[in-house]
Amino acid sequence: MALLEIKNLHARVGDKEILKGLSLTIEPGTVHAIMGPNGSGKSTLSNVIAGHPAYEVTAGEICFKGKNLLDMRTDERANEGVFLGFQYPVEIPGVSYAAFLKQALISKKKYFGEKPLDPVQFIKRLKVRAQALGISDDMLKRPVNVGFSGGEKKRLETLQMGFLEPDFCILDEMDSGLDIDALRVVGQGVSIMREPHRSFLLITHYQRLLDYIVPDVIHIMVDGRIVDTGDKSLALKLEEKGYADYK
Amino acid sequence: MAQKEIEDIIDETYKYGFETNVETETAPKGLNEAVIRFISAKKQEPEWLLDFRLKAYRHWLTLKEPHWAKIKYDPIDYQDLYYYTAPKTKDGPKSLDEVDPEILKTYEKLGIPLQEQKALAGVVAVDAVFDSVSVATTYRARLAEQGILFCSMSEAIKNYPDLVKKYLGSVVPYTDNFFACLNSAVFSDGSFVFIPKGVKSPMELSSYFRINARHSGQFERTLIVAEEGAYVSYLEGCTAPQRDENQLHAAVVEIVVLDDAEVKYSTVQNWYPGDKNGVGGIYNFVTKRGLCRNRSKLSWTQVETGSAITWKYPSCVLLGDDSVGEFYSVALTNHYQQADTGTKMIHLGKNTRSTIVSKGISAGHSNQTYRGLVKMGKNASDGRNFSRCDSLLIGNKCGAHTVPVMESANKSARIEHEATTSKISDEQLFYCEQRGLNPEEAVSLIVNGFCKEVMQQLPMEFAIEAGRLIGISLEGSVG
Repeated sequence: MALLEIKNLHARVGDKEILKGLSLTIEPGTVHAIMGPNGSGKSTLSNVIAGHPAYEVTAGEICFKGKNLLDMRTDERANEGVFLGFQYPVEIPGVSYAAFLKQALISKKKYFGEKPLDPVQFIKRLKVRAQALGISDDMLKRPVNVGFSGGEKKRLETLQMGFLEPDFCILDEMDSGLDIDALRVVGQGVSIMREPHRSFLLITHYQRLLDYIVPDVIHIMVDGRIVDTGDKSLALKLEEKGYADYK
Repeated sequence: MAQKEIEDIIDETYKYGFETNVETETAPKGLNEAVIRFISAKKQEPEWLLDFRLKAYRHWLTLKEPHWAKIKYDPIDYQDLYYYTAPKTKDGPKSLDEVDPEILKTYEKLGIPLQEQKALAGVVAVDAVFDSVSVATTYRARLAEQGILFCSMSEAIKNYPDLVKKYLGSVVPYTDNFFACLNSAVFSDGSFVFIPKGVKSPMELSSYFRINARHSGQFERTLIVAEEGAYVSYLEGCTAPQRDENQLHAAVVEIVVLDDAEVKYSTVQNWYPGDKNGVGGIYNFVTKRGLCRNRSKLSWTQVETGSAITWKYPSCVLLGDDSVGEFYSVALTNHYQQADTGTKMIHLGKNTRSTIVSKGISAGHSNQTYRGLVKMGKNASDGRNFSRCDSLLIGNKCGAHTVPVMESANKSARIEHEATTSKISDEQLFYCEQRGLNPEEAVSLIVNGFCKEVMQQLPMEFAIEAGRLIGISLEGSVG
């Protein structure tokens, strides 16, 4: 069974239709990348999968692990294993990263009816994971996304992804605003997470990120649809010629 | 006892000093001198206190209920209230089965043990909660070793009349305002704390441990005296929602902070706020004030989630040079609650400093006003104040208002005021929900973050409980 199956998806914001019949199948254990010009609907797709309330699905279906994703609330989708790494993660003043992640784990355990979190274990685990991504204890005490550099925010998104152990990770333009070092850290973060049951969807403008995370499949998205699918070589071709051929 | 006999007793002139032994439990409805004499007699009070009450009552008759606050309520008929009811729970529910299931659910969420749930709901007397009055007794014995007095106001009047006489009404005189005046005439009970010179209280004093205090919610009177160089942290209230048959509450808290002393006063107020449609709920008109002498410090921290109506302005009179006043407040209103709350910082001494941090959260159809006064007297050279008032709105049917008043009669004094109003953004909710928090958990987390600066001022355990309380109070505010 496919991990994620999208069929003929149409979605809009207000009166503007952005996704116009998109279909996509992602098998477990694979890394997919979606590339496309600005305004092609890449970020809309990630928001629709995650369940952003501003987007309205007008037709089509999304199946996740055999369940109808569109019937689930945002938090249910998250607990079922959908993770979205944000391009511009929002600030939550007064809430530390540690407190935020702790609440996320408490919510997850509650969702599955598991016994409550052991706070000591939690802190230990968090520190180990953070260290591996070059995140200091001090950063974990600071409020979520407040006053961090672009690179730091992406590391912290990567930390959350690793920590919540989702089955499906969407990384929305995670490479924007990253220097080479940060790109490497994020890339490694994803690499160690690769498992036979876990898949990734990378949304990116550039080939650059794909040097650090090598995708199995690349899709080209233009005007709300997937217009081409291929292997890694597609990205290189794109780098050379741009999207002109698809218009 | 027949109504006739009760009337006879009330009408009887006060002739037995504090030896009177009246068997009846309740004074009849209404307020007059006879009722006040009845209360005083019932509590076996000395003459001077009866005089205090009567003077207050006579003054009260000349006052009008104030209506400058931004709150609306049906007129209160002061002659249609009971002003003295002895502590009893006979009329309460017989078992938890008879208690509103909504309230029980809240107790459960707060993790309150079953025995205590019964007490809070009025099923058993609160005294029965701690299998022992011994918890309280042990606690008190430890304090007594250091000369700290901590007891009910009634006991203090009996056992330490000179101290009570010296300080009662010294910070909030009975002439102060309509509600404080009413309280002075009819106050039921409350807490008394005395920390002698140079003593630092070895533990936080909690009204929670003053078992019998729980029955005295209606016209509570609290007096705290910290002598020179003393320190105490006092906690009032508890997070569990408290029911009370009496809709009108008018409490007075007076704090005397002598030279070099420090008092921290923390409150969690969660009186019954009424139901979702705004029916019922407590009207809470409170006067809280502290008088600070040289180099002393008074810090108010409050978390207000209860009551249908809140009218409350904990204040500091910074009389002594170099004295410091602080006010940290979280006020949360939901459904049809109304809160008009803030503080007064009256700078009279030189080099006095004050800080105000107010966080207001309005949800549902509720309305909230921050009302603050910062006053620099003509001798308040180099006085400093910093105020920040932040309002957070949830939904679009609630209201938030800020009324800061600043007066300065001294050119070297400085007053700074910052204010913000914001809403919880869809992006913040989406981010939290994408990480698996349900909508209510998400709102609770964001609101707790918004209040953090104030919550940090609370003693640790209290802060955790208060955080949970905020989550619970917000239920039904999203969706």
